[in-house]
Order: sequence, then C-alpha cells, then structure tokens
Amino acid sequence: MVDRSLELFECGHRACAGCGPAIAARLMLKAVGTNSIIVSSTGCMEVFSTPYPETAWKVPWIHSLFENASAVASGIEAALKRQGRSEKVVVIAGDGATFDIGMLCISGAFERGHDFTYICYDNEAYMNTGIQRSGATPYDASTTTSPAGKRSFGNKRPKKDMPQILAAHGAPYVATASISYPADLMQKIERALNTPGPCYVQVHTPCATGWGFESEQTMHVGKLAVETGLWVNYEMMDGKVTKVKKVVRKPVEEYLKVQKRFRHLFKPVRQDAEIATIQAQADRNAEKFGLDIKVKK
Amino acid sequence: MLKITEGSFAVADAVRLSRPGVIAAYPITPQTHIVERLAEMVADGELESEYITVESEFSALSACLGASAAGSRTYSATTSQGLALMYEVCFNVAGMRLPILMTIANRAMSAPLSIWNDQQDSISLRDSGWIQFYAEDNQEATDLHFIGYRAIEDHRVLLPAMVCFDGYILTHTYEPVDIPTEEEVNGYLPPFKPYQRLDAADPISFGMYATPEYYMEFRYEIDQAMQRANEVIIQAGKEFGEHFGREYGSLVESYRMDDADTALVAMGSVCGTIKDAIDELRSEGKKVGLVRLRTYRPFPTMELKKALDGVSRVAVLDRNISLGSKGAVGLEVKDALYGSGIVVLDYIVGLGGRDIRKKDIAAITALVVQGKGDMFYGLRTEVL
Repeated sequence: MVDRSLELFECGHRACAGCGPAIAARLMLKAVGTNSIIVSSTGCMEVFSTPYPETAWKVPWIHSLFENASAVASGIEAALKRQGRSEKVVVIAGDGATFDIGMLCISGAFERGHDFTYICYDNEAYMNTGIQRSGATPYDASTTTSPAGKRSFGNKRPKKDMPQILAAHGAPYVATASISYPADLMQKIERALNTPGPCYVQVHTPCATGWGFESEQTMHVGKLAVETGLWVNYEMMDGKVTKVKKVVRKPVEEYLKVQKRFRHLFKPVRQDAEIATIQAQADRNAEKFGLDIKVKK
Repeated sequence: MLKITEGSFAVADAVRLSRPGVIAAYPITPQTHIVERLAEMVADGELESEYITVESEFSALSACLGASAAGSRTYSATTSQGLALMYEVCFNVAGMRLPILMTIANRAMSAPLSIWNDQQDSISLRDSGWIQFYAEDNQEATDLHFIGYRAIEDHRVLLPAMVCFDGYILTHTYEPVDIPTEEEVNGYLPPFKPYQRLDAADPISFGMYATPEYYMEFRYEIDQAMQRANEVIIQAGKEFGEHFGREYGSLVESYRMDDADTALVAMGSVCGTIKDAIDELRSEGKKVGLVRLRTYRPFPTMELKKALDGVSRVAVLDRNISLGSKGAVGLEVKDALYGSGIVVLDYIVGLGGRDIRKKDIAAITALVVQGKGDMFYGLRTEVL
C-alpha cells in the first residue's frame, strides 16, 4: 500500500471554493502514490492546476488534448514497458472527455488491453466551458445547453452507462466511487492500479458552481446522491458486479432540492411527474444493484 | 547493401534500423506496405519495438506523443485523410517539442475521394511546426529517415518531422536502394536522449496552458528552433555523406543551373521527370535548370535565393493548391525572390495522381518564357 499521508496535489491551485474535482485529485493521488505518471485531459482540473509556470502536480503529469488522454496513456505505457520501467499510468479525465469526445480513444485503449487505470471525475457537465450538458448529465438537469424553460425540464436523456460500456470491453476491474466516501474511493483506485490491464473508476464529484449549491455542501451533496440511489457505488470484476454500497434510501427529492440545476422541478410549480420519473430511476438502480438495506420495523 | 526493393519496404528497413522504442500506426492507402512490413519485423523478432495497433490516426499520433514524452524514440506513418485526422495532435506535438518522426506517403485530399498522389496533405500542415522533408526517390526517402531522426533529436531542434514521399509513385515502386547495415546506422544515429521526460524520479508537468503573458514566447521559441533546424539538418546531411557516401549537405539541390536563364522549382518525385526533360531541352539549346527543395519547412530561403541568382524567370510546379490563392511552393518562392526582378510564375500540376510527363515540363518551360503562368496546367477542359 502506498503512503497515504503524502499530499501530492499541492494547494494554492485555482479551483472554485468547494470544488469536488479538487477534492478528488487530492484523494486520487494519495491512492496512486509517487511511482506514477498522470495523464490529464483538457478540462477544469487541467486548467485550475497548471497555469504556466505553476503546477499543482507533485508527480509526473502530462496534458495533451481534450479527447486523447487514453491514447497518450497507451503510448506512455508502451514506452515504459519497452524501457523496463515500473511507473503506473493513470488517466484523470472529466466526464465530457470520457463519455463524449474521448470515447474513440478510450474504446481503442481498453480493447487493446493496455495496463493503465482510467479515472473519470464525473461532475456531470462541461463545467470548464460554462456548464454545458454532456453524456454524463442526469435527466432533467438544467445546464446552459439544456436549460429548463417553458417547454423543457432540462436535459432530456439519462446518463450514459460508461462503466457497463467499459466492462463490455473486457476491463478486468470497473468501479464507481464518490468523493463523499474517501476511504472507499482510495481503496478502489488502489485496486484498479493493482489489477493488470485497463481498469476504470468513475468518481462522482459534485460541482458547487455548476450544480448550484453552497461551497461547504460538496461532501453532503455527494452523500445524498448515494443515499437516494441516484449514484450507486459498486465494483465489477470481469464484468460481474461484486460489491455494492447499500443504503437506507432517502427520497430523490432530498438530493434534487438542494441543487439549483433541479430547482425548476420545485419552483414556481412542483413537477410531481418529473420527480416521479427520477424516483423511478433510483428505484430501478435499487432493484438492479440490490441497494436497499432491509430495516427491521 | 544495394537491393531491389519497394519504396515502402526500404522505408520500413530505415525505420527498423533507426530502432524506435514505440511505433503506433493505423492503416491507410498508400502507406500500408510500410506498417505491414514493420508488423512483420516485430512478429519475426527482427525489430524490438512496442507496436501499437491503434483505432485511428488521431490515436496513432497521440500514442507517439505519450511515448516520446516518456522518453522513447517513436515512429508513425500516414497520408491524406489520416494526416488530416491528426491535425490537432500535430500542432500539439510540435508545441510540446517532441521529436517524433512520421513518414507521409503523399496523397490527395477528399472530396472527391482520391487515393492517388499529390502533396496537398502534408502541405496543409505547413504551419503546424513540423519539419517537412520531400524525397525525390526511394534512396533519398530511406536516407532522410536517418538524417531526420538525427536532426530532430538534436537538442537545438527538438521538433517533429515528416518525411514525405509520393504515394504510389515512390511507395509502390521497386528500384535499387542501398540499405545500410545496423553497425553503419548505429555509428551515425545515437540512441535517443530526451531533453526531459516523464519520470517518477524527477516529476515535471508537460503540456500546461499559457496565458497571454507567455503564449507568444512559446511560439517564438518554436520558430527559432525551426530556424536552427536549417543548419542542423545541413550538418546532419553532411555527416551522413561522410558515413554513407551519399551527401545531403544542402536543403536544395541544383540541377544544370550553372548558366540557366530559366529555372524550374519543384519537390518530390516529379523532379526525376524534370531532370530528364531538362536534359532534352538542353540538347535543344535551351538554358533550363532545376532547383529542387528537399525541405519545405524550414523553408530554405537563403539557399534558394543563392541557387536562383542570375536567372531571368522561374516556373514553380505545385502539386497542391491553396484554394483561392496559389500553390504553396509558388507563394514561398515569390516571397523569397521579392524585389529581385526575377519573374516567378506558378503552375498547379498533377493533382490527384494526374501524370506529369516530360512534354508537360517542356510546355511549362515554354509558358514561363512567354510570361504565362499562375495557372492550373493540364486541365481537361472537355470535362469542365
């Protein structure tokens, strides 16, 4: 196990107050350790951590483009192999870079079976460019390109199931995690690093600016996502679900109502049908993953 | 050792002898014979490289970028649409100062789809910060890989390079090529020593973003490196001559220019045809010569001016067109000779695999003497 007392993500970077991805970066690097090479995609984390000539990264780090992190990682992994080196190759990329524009490169790298870990910090929209929807944006979330309006409740589609897509590529280890459960997050990243082959960890990283909540509420909002069953923390090995974080489920409303991106579901008029649709998604998650802890009456 | 071989196989041999640690490539006509041959070499253990069979050219160059940043010598090959798909990565590689070498089997750009030769593909990447070599024949294409690696890995340069050779016309042509031995190449091309690399023992950040306070200076430094590349390539070419007996000590080649009043300027395989045409024109008493460009970037302005000193007129043959303007080589030559009084006319020729024959060269020579030019040459007006 790597020394988790090390702080490898330096403070003083330019993230917003309460930034979920910044918390994620710090936790991820604790799990990844110093014998590593990080590949970032273009996005919030890249921008807030590396304005030349400053950097927050105390491990080797490279950023090339928005959509090519896994191809860059493929090349690094091949070079290290050729040179007989031991560093772990880790991609850290946002949901836009992962679910949308980087899909081709990710699919190729996973199919080829490179030995690397891909961590997606999922804040559920293109935050760096000003909160536009991505393939990771949840149903009914209002973003700047899926605004709620007189004829719209926001984003019209549910989130793309990336973990399942990568499991279908034959990834030996796929997991979801949340910054609100730090020990679980770090353990999953460590497991991914220690599993040979391409592994994927998708981390829920609430965004105070994009989702619209007070900056001290980040961990709380992340926790509510898990407790309502809208975000499921689980692990898959060789395509089979092996571990699920069970919860005593709360109604989805408790998660929705604390975020401005869902405010239109409550004001000016409460949208019962829409809330019910989202509740049904959580119920399906609960059924699919066996989320519910049976409480004795 | 001299052997009769296909251009693509000769290039594959040059790549093998250059000992890249990582190769990443995606198949595209007419580059395929190069990457197939390299795959065979890896499969047979003749080449100890990591060979990444990527899912696109975009990923091919991205993988090379990662491998180069990690400190390995890297190689890719592509053409046309594949190169266009790499566009974004090309600028990135040059900006990150990674000396990646890539063979371009020059081919026309779609639409309409064409698998045949012109030089539009690489010319369209002229502003990306890549050194561009253009080979006349397969011997030169082979040798330019060694010279290329040696020059771009020089810490005064640290830029990527394209070795361009004409699709089909060279890639699929068998001709005698002297393939050097491993010992000979090892004596000329040392192992890759990266200026800096991704390394846990010495963590650095690659590819940061630059605010307006810094961006221009980064671009200036790339341009300075390109200027320095002029000298470094010439030096590498001269030393190549000392090792292998084939001299490449200049970025331009002059053919029968001594008393020429009319000069042709071109790049690539068409220069072989031009030389034959010039021999015939000379036997008719016409004072015609050729100045062939071996690099387009850096553009050898000073050498070109020197080579064209004393001529009255220049006909530039461009296998590309900057649509809405002129051919890319023509524009450069006009710029280089500005104020000299020399007439420079441009001819767009041989697009999409249209043959350029000796009689076409003679006709263009006659046109430039008449002062007619800056035009498409050889259009089939009956299909317009």
